[in-house]
Amino acid sequence: MAQIELDGIQRIFRLGDSEVHALRDIELRIEAGEYLSVMGPSGSGKSTLLNLLGLLDRPNAGHYHLEGRDVTTLDADEQARVRSTRIGFVFQSFHLVSRLTAAENIALPLMLAGVDVAERNTRVRRALNDFGLAPRAHHKPEELSGGQRQRVAIARATIMQPAVLLADEPTGNLDRSTGHEVTELLESLNRSGTTLIVVTHDPTMGERATRRIRMEDGAIVSDAAAPRELPA
Amino acid sequence: MRPADTLRFATRAATAYPVRTALMMLAMSIGVAAVVVLTALGDGARRYVLAEFSALGSNLVIMLPGRSETGGFGLGNLISTTPRDLTVQDAEALRRAPLVERIAPMAVGNSEIAFGGRLREVMVLGTTADYLELRRFRMAQGSFLPAGDATRAGSVAVLGAKLRDELFGHEAAVGRMIRLGDRRLRVVGVLERSGQGLGMNSDELVIVPVATAQNLFDTNTLFRVLIETRSREALGPVQRQVEDLMRLRRGGELDVTLITQDAILGTFDRVLLALTLGVAGIAAISLAVAGILVMNVMLVAITQRTAEIGLLKALGATGGAIRNAFLVEAALLSLAGAIAGLGIGHAGAWGLRIAFPVLPAWPPDWAVAAGLGTAVFTGVLFGVMPARRAARLDPIQALARR
Repeated sequence: MAQIELDGIQRIFRLGDSEVHALRDIELRIEAGEYLSVMGPSGSGKSTLLNLLGLLDRPNAGHYHLEGRDVTTLDADEQARVRSTRIGFVFQSFHLVSRLTAAENIALPLMLAGVDVAERNTRVRRALNDFGLAPRAHHKPEELSGGQRQRVAIARATIMQPAVLLADEPTGNLDRSTGHEVTELLESLNRSGTTLIVVTHDPTMGERATRRIRMEDGAIVSDAAAPRELPA
Repeated sequence: MRPADTLRFATRAATAYPVRTALMMLAMSIGVAAVVVLTALGDGARRYVLAEFSALGSNLVIMLPGRSETGGFGLGNLISTTPRDLTVQDAEALRRAPLVERIAPMAVGNSEIAFGGRLREVMVLGTTADYLELRRFRMAQGSFLPAGDATRAGSVAVLGAKLRDELFGHEAAVGRMIRLGDRRLRVVGVLERSGQGLGMNSDELVIVPVATAQNLFDTNTLFRVLIETRSREALGPVQRQVEDLMRLRRGGELDVTLITQDAILGTFDRVLLALTLGVAGIAAISLAVAGILVMNVMLVAITQRTAEIGLLKALGATGGAIRNAFLVEAALLSLAGAIAGLGIGHAGAWGLRIAFPVLPAWPPDWAVAAGLGTAVFTGVLFGVMPARRAARLDPIQALARR
């Protein structure tokens, strides 16, 4: 049994009186610890697929099994709990809460999950050290560089030790060198066992993944494993 | 999400937008302050009037000439004119009623008082020696009117404290002769300062024997007769005894009206309480307006923080957690505004007490509680709709907003 199993997933948006098939008959198996890139032109359904995998969206038809559990039938609160414990999101625009410090942003998922304060502080401190953010712990997002912001966002996404990390253009707002740093950070998390799924327009980033999925018109048109392991 | 975290998160959100928070607190505080100040004013007026009548003494029946058709106490019989004179003899006859403690007839009019070239208009009260005890007045100097035959027009006068100061300044007043109208009277005493009471300022009063006053004004009738009973329980029996006596004296016809103090107090209490409630109600409208403002501000906050709400959902926040966070934020803003309003209101009431020392302008406890309660209740009530809207936001669309 794969970690993620998508069977016959359909997602249809209604725009006026026309129907847009954002996802058509998606069949996908992803094993725990895989490193996937999803590429394709705008409107090909990449982001819809990512939202669906992150339980932010529901399919019109088909089934999604996460770790053997059919999560399409869960109600909104149960889905929120699954998101909280099993899924981490990394966004192109970081989505940090501007009035909270770096440490408080990282602590948000712990707070939402109701983890007690002592435990929260220990885990946040460890994460700050691991991500090289300790000196910036009490800075607000506007006082941080782009790379630092994305590192805060990644620390936040992984603080609950999720099984799956979903990244939507994680380097889209960063320059080349910081983008590279962020990519390496995500890959090191993948090497420690987290499934990493990256949606990107950037071919160089997409090429780094061990498995590459290409989408067009809401369907998966190619699904290829990399010819060789990338050097670490 | 733990309650403590919800509270902290909402507090951080409220303090992150100081202008918005200050404006909302201002609106809420004006509402609460209006309730506090206006009820303080209304209740102050009520207490002032009650104190005025209580100053008369507690076991009092007031007899006035004339009879209102319906009986009981109405504003009409305070101003009605008499069909037949109420005389000093009538008043003296009432002393025979067994439960009567003191009787004080009152004849009232305006005249001129003069001493040493100084002249002023003055209110003259003609009464008897019992008046002092009955009104619980004290003498500052000398003695009050002598006891004795009420029909004898003695040439003595007792001055109010302020009147004494105006006429005599630093000189001694007792023993001096003054002119009152066309009479020369000897000052026998000065009342201690006591302020307002029964619609006349006793500090500016000159008190003379009742027969002297009647001669001065060339009349036989009395303005009022004050009857003090031996106890509070005796009020009812005395009223009946006095009615019987008066009917006897008037050949079976009762042409006087008797008012007990309870009836007056009760009526004023009801009227002024209704007034206070009405004023509080008007002030409460501003609280409803503030509640609508809370709703507006929260809706704007949700629009501003759409991306944040989307993020929280992506991070695993349930709809309930988001709804609670916004609801608590609305409640906090209302509560802070209400407390600020309470402060402003109390300051306003304090200002009223400074400006009008006679008015005990203390906001009643029920008004303070109701003002606070209404503020927080409307804040939460009008916070529900925005909070539910936040909880229902679609996370994908919310995240797409920047």
